[in-house]
Amino acid sequence: MNYRLSLQTRHDNKYNTIMSLRPEELQHLESLSLRVREHIIKMSTGGGCFIGASLSCTDLLVYLYSHLLDVSPERVDDPDRDYLLLSKGHDVPALYGTLAELGFIEQERLGLHLKTSDHIYWHPNRAVAGIEFHSGSLGHLLSVGIGIALDIKLRGGKNKVYVILGDGELNEGSIWEALQVAAAKKLDNLIAIVDRNHFQANIRTEELSPLEPLAPKFEAFGWETSRINGHDFEQLHEVFLGTHLNTTTPRVVIADTIRGKGLPSIEARADRWFVNFTHNEVEQLLGELHGNALSNLTSETLMVR
Amino acid sequence: MTYEEQLFKLIQNDDRIVVMTAENRAAIRNLPELIGNKFIDVGIAEQTMVGAAAGLALRGRVPVIHALASFLIFRAYEFIRVDVGIPSLPVILVGGVPGFLSDGNGPTHQAIEDIGLMRAIPNMGIFCPSDNQDLIEGLPQLIESGRPFYLRYFAGSPVREHTSSVELGKAEVYPSNGESTEDDDVTILTYGFLLGEALEAQTILQAEGLKVRVLNMRTLSPIDEDAVFDAMENSHLVVTLEDHFLIGGLYSIISELFMRYGLIANVLPIAFDGKWFKPALLRDAMEFDGFTAQQITKKITTRLIEDGFFNSSRSSGEIISAHHYA
Repeated sequence: MNYRLSLQTRHDNKYNTIMSLRPEELQHLESLSLRVREHIIKMSTGGGCFIGASLSCTDLLVYLYSHLLDVSPERVDDPDRDYLLLSKGHDVPALYGTLAELGFIEQERLGLHLKTSDHIYWHPNRAVAGIEFHSGSLGHLLSVGIGIALDIKLRGGKNKVYVILGDGELNEGSIWEALQVAAAKKLDNLIAIVDRNHFQANIRTEELSPLEPLAPKFEAFGWETSRINGHDFEQLHEVFLGTHLNTTTPRVVIADTIRGKGLPSIEARADRWFVNFTHNEVEQLLGELHGNALSNLTSETLMVR
Repeated sequence: MTYEEQLFKLIQNDDRIVVMTAENRAAIRNLPELIGNKFIDVGIAEQTMVGAAAGLALRGRVPVIHALASFLIFRAYEFIRVDVGIPSLPVILVGGVPGFLSDGNGPTHQAIEDIGLMRAIPNMGIFCPSDNQDLIEGLPQLIESGRPFYLRYFAGSPVREHTSSVELGKAEVYPSNGESTEDDDVTILTYGFLLGEALEAQTILQAEGLKVRVLNMRTLSPIDEDAVFDAMENSHLVVTLEDHFLIGGLYSIISELFMRYGLIANVLPIAFDGKWFKPALLRDAMEFDGFTAQQITKKITTRLIEDGFFNSSRSSGEIISAHHYA
């Protein structure tokens, strides 16, 4: 699999044509996503996890880490690496799963979820190789990303900073503060990605504090804005290779996704934000992920917020 | 040398330093043309500034960031806690017009709980220069410390010649009558801008025949425990003088210190007791709330009278039981 070609594309901008994914690349992405979703489901017992949001951003993270980000397990401290910041934080099981699949961390560590012997818990932290910064409090990492992007520019670097935001997180005023600052500083090396799964903790976003029309909001703040299906690898490929072209503004990709994607029995449900399933339910969900019958779920959602 | 001249000098010799502001340029207005893109003004966006400072620090920078103390500390507190405090990144947070220095602005601008909040963050240093000289001497040490530091900015002219250079974690001692003794009557512990009043009160009380020591604490975190214990053991009355709420500041710090060692001390706190101060021109505001040297002197002598101090043998080294208000 030659991912280097796409990396080459962005670094010297010799190639203006965006190449679509080859069938074997697409197949690889799909099987990687499936394995990451398995990890997430397995982390939804023994204390549970934020399963819905994790499943919605799985395809995004899988695409970014396997096709786009110029980072590898050997280069987690390389100042020229690309940075990914997970601002919404609670979807970290998807990141743990991705990092485990790609060799940043040992897969066995996922079994230490919520154990004091490791650092694999409900929000990201830097004790896990590949995780750039901790989060958990919403509305922070776009600002942190601005600082990283500013320093890269100060040093004349070519690397980029990607920040994944939740759509519920857009309620936070600090996001809109940071959007202004990034545009003012012309941070063309900063790319925000909104995991637009249409839910926040307890409710659909549009029922609480409507975000739509969302793209024009970012555009009005001076950000180059794209909107795609966040589960469609071809669209992800097209839009993110586009982010390598020269612009003078920060960019945002609104990725429309489905909370709980891959598990029809919990998809797009407000009450499946944070769940601690039984082992039996986890087995059923793993089967459901692979196309078996819908799971019979009786565990209640945990009211953690 | 001014603060910005010192900062410019440090930047020329240390590529790590970047200067940030949330559109508060009073102390650094000449730096943009001198340091170019290492001067980062984010606009009136304190939270974003703190988060971005953390990002810069992750890349090896030491950001020195500026805003009025009340907006830097209170508006952006959770960003300081989360993005700077949790990873303990070397960010220097410079808070302008703290305490009384906000004079006529009103309670929105009164940073008089800043120390209480900042010292609750693990590994956060707190430096309170008493004048421009302390400020200039301390700044390079904060940058070299490798830890986050809150700088409670004050750049006034020195009111008296210093007795020691700035050393983080060390208080400066102004002995009674210029000579170290072990039987002082009063020790005034203070920091920042109020050192001037403390020293003037020292002069007045000494003219009345009392032995008065003054400590310029300089850093409240770390605190100079030895200097505090020496004051407690060798003076009849310890006075804490601060333009801060009674809760969380120097009075709290030494109270916790004494409790930790099971000690009881005779302490007179002079601070804001659960109320904002009256907004006015600086001297008028100080007088309204009783913080001028004359008023401080009166509070101390009144307390000594209540203690029966002038009737007693004034034995040195004596520790009176827990203080009482008449």
